[in-house]
Amino acid sequence: MPLRRLLALASALPLALAARAADLNVFAAASLSDALKEIARAYEPASGDTLHVNLAASSTLALQIRQGAPADVFFSADEAKMDDLAKAGLIAAGTRVSLLSNTLVIVVNADGGAAIASPADLAKPAIGHLALAEPQTVPAGIYAKEWLQGAGLWKKVIDKVVPTENVRACLAAVESGNADAGIVYKTDALISKKVKVAYEVSVADGPKISYPLAVVQGAKNGAAARKFTAYLASPPARAVFEQYGFLPAR
Amino acid sequence: MSAEAWQVTWFTAGVAALSTLLILPFGTALAWLLARREWRGKSVVETLVALPLVMPPVATGLLLLKLLGRRGPLGGWLERTFGWEIVFTWRGVVVATAVMSFPLLVRTARVAFEGVNPRLERVARTLGAGPWRVFTTITLPLASRGLVAGTLLAFARALGEFGATIMVAGYIPGQTATLALSIYHLVQLGRDPEALGLLGISVALAFGAVWLSEFLLRRRPA
Repeated sequence: MPLRRLLALASALPLALAARAADLNVFAAASLSDALKEIARAYEPASGDTLHVNLAASSTLALQIRQGAPADVFFSADEAKMDDLAKAGLIAAGTRVSLLSNTLVIVVNADGGAAIASPADLAKPAIGHLALAEPQTVPAGIYAKEWLQGAGLWKKVIDKVVPTENVRACLAAVESGNADAGIVYKTDALISKKVKVAYEVSVADGPKISYPLAVVQGAKNGAAARKFTAYLASPPARAVFEQYGFLPAR
Repeated sequence: MSAEAWQVTWFTAGVAALSTLLILPFGTALAWLLARREWRGKSVVETLVALPLVMPPVATGLLLLKLLGRRGPLGGWLERTFGWEIVFTWRGVVVATAVMSFPLLVRTARVAFEGVNPRLERVARTLGAGPWRVFTTITLPLASRGLVAGTLLAFARALGEFGATIMVAGYIPGQTATLALSIYHLVQLGRDPEALGLLGISVALAFGAVWLSEFLLRRRPA
């Protein structure tokens, strides 16, 4: 009976596909948005897996994972969030690797933004609102605060700080002109035409920025997650990260 | 209660009171026009006023942000003319809460005006009272319970506004942080005990406002 055979085939097909293709939940720092989207475009057809990329502040993602969100891979913008999850036993042993680094920049609106010649200008009255990612928990904000403290500027700018939910929200506040200046990663500044870099914090002066990557303990698709994290560390993926301005881990 | 919690509570209550006071004259006038007059475009205005009640608050917030941003049509003008910055300031909180609570005031006040027997107003007119005198001595006192209830409802709504406020004013501790914004952010920061403290305050404030409005609505007119 051709019809019965066809039905049998049709019912077996999803099973066969399910055995091979995995749905991966990748929880990644907001600053990785554009690079990861490009990597996903190449990885999905090649692997047959589907990537669901959840982009937010690493602190938000770590909180979600602690609360039981079904993450397979965590790609954080600082080591502290990964340490917290490792302490809670939520990181699969032997999968953690520090992959990337980044630098900080001061950005202003590209169209008539405030003039900033040196970091000290952030303390001037011309800067009414300084956007930062939330400086107590969000990595980009923690790094920025650390650098401002080192430069002796934190106390002078603290009353102007507009804390944002993640680094991309900080970028958006400068893009809209509602914040006079902001501190974001260089990689964020590079993707926006609406902001210009007023000052770049050198690698030597800046905080040590590190992006660790790991498979989450108890991931539904452990094998596929390991395969994807290995791919992220491979030369083709690294080339994409570099193209977006990321630096190799120091 | 910590100094921070007090500051947030007073700021929230103050902002809610200010935004309620701001919308009171306009809301009352509009409610009366909707209840007592027929005019062109009435149904459009009626619908527009109800929009913040049914639209996602965040969408209303986005609209306000685009309008009131420093490079927005209204925000740019306000900053150039009066030096008022709206976005990321306490003024942004007032505007957001005012817009969000306006429909509650107007709808409650409208029902209150409609409940006043028009014959009483006409009788007053035939006895020689002018329209303003009729409004202040007949209409307003008879509608007062509904008006007070509407005001308290608007105030309670302003106390708890989140979506539009976060878009327009952001969360800046000590500057734009209201109870609702603080609760959300404290949970995000993993500071749950403090968030629970603010939750208690919110419940108490909201309970007080709603209870008072119910009490005033049920009380027999004097």
